[in-house]
Amino acid sequence: MLAQVIAGGLSAGSIYALVALALVITYKTTEVPNFAQGEMAMVSAFVAYVLMTDFQTGFFVAFTVALGFAFILGVGFESVILRRVRNPSHLNLLVVTLGFQLALFGLAGWKWGAEQRRFPFPVSPNEVIRIGDVSVSTLGVATIAISSVLMAGVFAFFRFTKLGVAMQATQQDSMAARINGVPTRRVVGLTFGISSVIGAVAALLTAPLITLDTTLMWDPLLKGFAAAVLGGLNAPVGAVLGGYLLGVTENLFGAYISVEFKSVVAFLIIVLVLWFRPSGLFARHYKRKV
Amino acid sequence: MRSSQDYYADVQLLRGRGAWVKLAILLVVLIVLPLVLPGYRIFTVNYMAIFVIVGLGMNILVGDTGQVSLGHAGFLAIGAYTTVLMMTELAAPFPLALLVGGLVTAGFGFLLGLPALRLRGPYLAIVTLGFGIAVTQIIGHSAFFGGHMGLVVPDATLGPIPLSGDISQYYVIVGTTLVLALCARNLSVTRVGRAFRAIRDSEIAAATMGVDVAYYKTLSFALSAAFAGIAGGLLALMTGFISPGVFTFLLSLMFLAMVVFGGLGSIPGAVLGSIVMGYLNLEMDAFEELPLLGPALESFSSRFMSTAGLPNVGWVVTGLLIVLTILVEPRGLYGLWIRLGAIIGGRKRKSDASVGTSAGPGAGPGAGPGAEPSGSPPDPPGPPAGVS
Repeated sequence: MLAQVIAGGLSAGSIYALVALALVITYKTTEVPNFAQGEMAMVSAFVAYVLMTDFQTGFFVAFTVALGFAFILGVGFESVILRRVRNPSHLNLLVVTLGFQLALFGLAGWKWGAEQRRFPFPVSPNEVIRIGDVSVSTLGVATIAISSVLMAGVFAFFRFTKLGVAMQATQQDSMAARINGVPTRRVVGLTFGISSVIGAVAALLTAPLITLDTTLMWDPLLKGFAAAVLGGLNAPVGAVLGGYLLGVTENLFGAYISVEFKSVVAFLIIVLVLWFRPSGLFARHYKRKV
Repeated sequence: MRSSQDYYADVQLLRGRGAWVKLAILLVVLIVLPLVLPGYRIFTVNYMAIFVIVGLGMNILVGDTGQVSLGHAGFLAIGAYTTVLMMTELAAPFPLALLVGGLVTAGFGFLLGLPALRLRGPYLAIVTLGFGIAVTQIIGHSAFFGGHMGLVVPDATLGPIPLSGDISQYYVIVGTTLVLALCARNLSVTRVGRAFRAIRDSEIAAATMGVDVAYYKTLSFALSAAFAGIAGGLLALMTGFISPGVFTFLLSLMFLAMVVFGGLGSIPGAVLGSIVMGYLNLEMDAFEELPLLGPALESFSSRFMSTAGLPNVGWVVTGLLIVLTILVEPRGLYGLWIRLGAIIGGRKRKSDASVGTSAGPGAGPGAGPGAEPSGSPPDPPGPPAGVS
């Protein structure tokens, strides 16, 4: 029973971890939580859906195009909208991401309505793999595998490639990075592109689990934020761990305490963490200066 | 460039004889309005007035104090449910129930304000977002609150007068709105309002000047929540039925949108923004009925989008308005008004206008709230106006 609950939690947690990672990457660069993240991912999932149903393309083509679209959407959002904010205070930037979210949500709803659609996917959410006492759906296994590979890839990219290091440098101190020859503008745009792709992968993995509609990413986005807060908004690794932790905690709560109030756990965790350890469980504490 | 720093002018607005005349005209117009408007328009006005109340509260929190909230729909829900439950469970008369609704919501606002003491922008946004969603989820899962099915609001009376028709509700709702607007206005020109703005411009500077940051931040949350709570109670009165599906995250976003669009930190801006967004929110289900624009939208939808999704145009418009406001004129409608005034009265206020133009269009009127504490010195918390 316990192992079963934890396995389910890990599979849900993978999605949270992906969303949290996507949020943290851009948060570190611009200090703005990108509320449009979820909607950008949702629209990307719809792109894949339209390709698969209306144009009868295979999974591979549809997913590749969707991820490409997500990348362009991310870069475009940063360079066309976010960068042009006249007075880039935190509040203004935050409000812009919210406005973009609403606009995307409205556009998607206008185009595709509120209808719930079955999202075709190579592996099924109903087929079950048994490992000892634990049974996990093939989709669950695929989710865990794909997300961990992707996240490992992202961390390796940040650690071992020149571009990744340039991104980290920009995140730490944009001015110093520019002085040292990093094209910070392009790097920031690219960061948003990568973040959007990570979010889109989360959406592509969520859509087959539930159904595809315009509110697809609302829940994962809130959970992703909770995970990021839990791990530390400034700590990518912490945010990913926070994602898994949140998934497992939530499932344990659902199994042993109350299923109905399962989704309130995320909010409780946010409040508790911020109350006792505002910088997150895994982040180094830093002091704000004038 | 006139901005919120211009307190003396602000303070005077309701002091001169002109202001009282304006207020009297407004009162007469508001009293006569329901007698000349067709019935369904009164409903629209009531709805917009409720949005105005929320907008005034949002302006206190977001515009004046510089704290963001993505969970005001939650406060609205708390106010609405408290009001209704007071009436059904305790058989309280409507005015008392409404008042208790406002107070209880203020209490929740205070509680939500507590973590805000330690949190800045992004964290606060996340907490309030989670709060708004948690409230509706708890309501939706509790039998006591009627679950997802919602609650029917009992018939309300004000003393001997039944509040069942649009017109009687109009006087209650618009009357409350007017009183609350005057409260908000008074608040903003007195010590409390100045303390809020000092916190917005620089928390550290405010604390150095002797503003009790913790006290005023929680106060701001509580006040803003109280406004939303009263709005919620009035909404329950007006619609006769409440369910958690009404108080969504999207509604919270709309509340934020209306103060951003109207102009953060300006009461006329908040009122105007709320009226526009309230109208948009109400008309969302019937875009095709709009004159001229409606048929065009409909044919466009059936060709390129979908007619079933037409109500979503409202969200597109709201989202684009937010983005464009921040990109073009971060002070919203109020900022446009100032610019217009600067163009028309350019000669009269030459010094003002020249300050505005020399700063350039990029930096001048674009000085949003909570921004550039270095550029403009934070407002002194106690100017010698002696109005507190």
